[in-house]
Amino acid sequence: MKYTEDHEWVRKDGDLFVVGITEYAAEELGDVVFVDMPEEGEEFAQGDDVAVIESVKAASELISPMSGTIAEINEELDENPALVNEDPIDKGWFFKIEASDPDEYENLLSEKEYQELIS
Amino acid sequence: MTLKRTPLYEFHKQLGAKLVPFAGYEMPVQYPLGTIKEHIHTRTKVGVFDVSHMGQVAIYPKGKEALNGIIKKLEGLLPIDLENIRLGRQKYALITNEKAGIIDDIMITKKEKFIYLIVNAANKREDINYLQAQLGSKAELVEIEDRALLAIQGPEAAEITCRILPELKDMRFLDVMEVDSEFGELWVSRSGYTGEDGFEISLPSASAEAFAEQLQLSNGTEFIGLAARDSLRLEAGLCLHGNDIDESTTVIEAGLWWSVSKTRRPGNIKEGGFPGYGILVSQLNEGVQQMLVGLKPQGRAPIRSGNRIYNSAIDGEEVGRVTSGGFGPTVNGPIAMGYLRADEVGKNTVFYCEGRRARLPINIHLRRFVGTSFNK
Repeated sequence: MKYTEDHEWVRKDGDLFVVGITEYAAEELGDVVFVDMPEEGEEFAQGDDVAVIESVKAASELISPMSGTIAEINEELDENPALVNEDPIDKGWFFKIEASDPDEYENLLSEKEYQELIS
Repeated sequence: MTLKRTPLYEFHKQLGAKLVPFAGYEMPVQYPLGTIKEHIHTRTKVGVFDVSHMGQVAIYPKGKEALNGIIKKLEGLLPIDLENIRLGRQKYALITNEKAGIIDDIMITKKEKFIYLIVNAANKREDINYLQAQLGSKAELVEIEDRALLAIQGPEAAEITCRILPELKDMRFLDVMEVDSEFGELWVSRSGYTGEDGFEISLPSASAEAFAEQLQLSNGTEFIGLAARDSLRLEAGLCLHGNDIDESTTVIEAGLWWSVSKTRRPGNIKEGGFPGYGILVSQLNEGVQQMLVGLKPQGRAPIRSGNRIYNSAIDGEEVGRVTSGGFGPTVNGPIAMGYLRADEVGKNTVFYCEGRRARLPINIHLRRFVGTSFNK
């Protein structure tokens, strides 16, 4: 698993990359009440705003950690956005990207680098 | 500026609260339970809130001026019949300005030797300066800084509180009482700002922690942060000064005419005589330009304070703005309130709020999104 400075995690899943937010981010956001998801098939470049996370406090942008096309979104978050808080690194995933430049993954933060960032 | 702390600062830290700056204080925004669960806990059981940041203010007569003279003068500033409010009762009051706008909304009580106000934290200084200037040298306004303020709210608030303080059991909504207790002299009112039954208790700072601990040890209580306090008051349709009401929104636009005492209304014995009265009368007769309404988004996405409202999904005219918006845990969906142009309110029931991608359809709703359970 890799991380970004925006407190997202990225995990390889076959040819796709799964994206979610870290426990630290979920904690900071407070209870998530709605996620405004991208559409399947939409294309984003690394660094683009790709989704909005609405928590009890405020709306925050989710930044695309990699360039590519949205291959699948987590439909369960529509019914149960609390999954983002309850299980941010597994059931609370956001979407899967078909990467246009898979090498971007290698340049993301390692577990160790991310832990240093938040400590 | 260094942030102030309430007498319960260490207590909140021990409970694991997340503390944030709010109105000059370091305040608990949420506890480990989390905002949504804290909110639901208050609606179903009982929540305890540290509201010691709010201003507790005493107005004393000075020199030979009797308290009655101060009461008379205050009636020139507040649209209430203070003279006829009994000792032992509390009243919600607006401080109006010459434009019929709202300088602050406060709770007021007559005590034997002084008038006791609870004012919004952010307006403390301004209220005191304004009232002192208006009342002149025969009154002295003093911020009471050696007292904490706790709110205990929810359907089980009375049961839990009366276990510790049985003498409160006969109090009705907006009754006030002074109680000598093991925690010192308590100033209690049966009131709150969540839409639930409950008490607000002012007590000496020195015993705040002991009292908070005893509440904490009572079965069924949870401490509740500012974030849930905000969603609770929004669901109950209660205005937040600085968001929903301010010096530019009139009493009638805000739908708060009910708070003007009957005797101060047109045709009554103590009609008018407070700032902005003429404007309010003309708005009563001729209507208003804008009105504060409840707003219910049709979808799941919340709308937020400051978002613009239109009368059409595309183009159309800007006809209003959201003043408070967020998620209502009890209604399990987004809720809001805001001002709409009055001529549009009759014409349409669906409006459109600016959103990230497209405008979001919203319905006009009663300001109150949940029932209330005051012990009237």
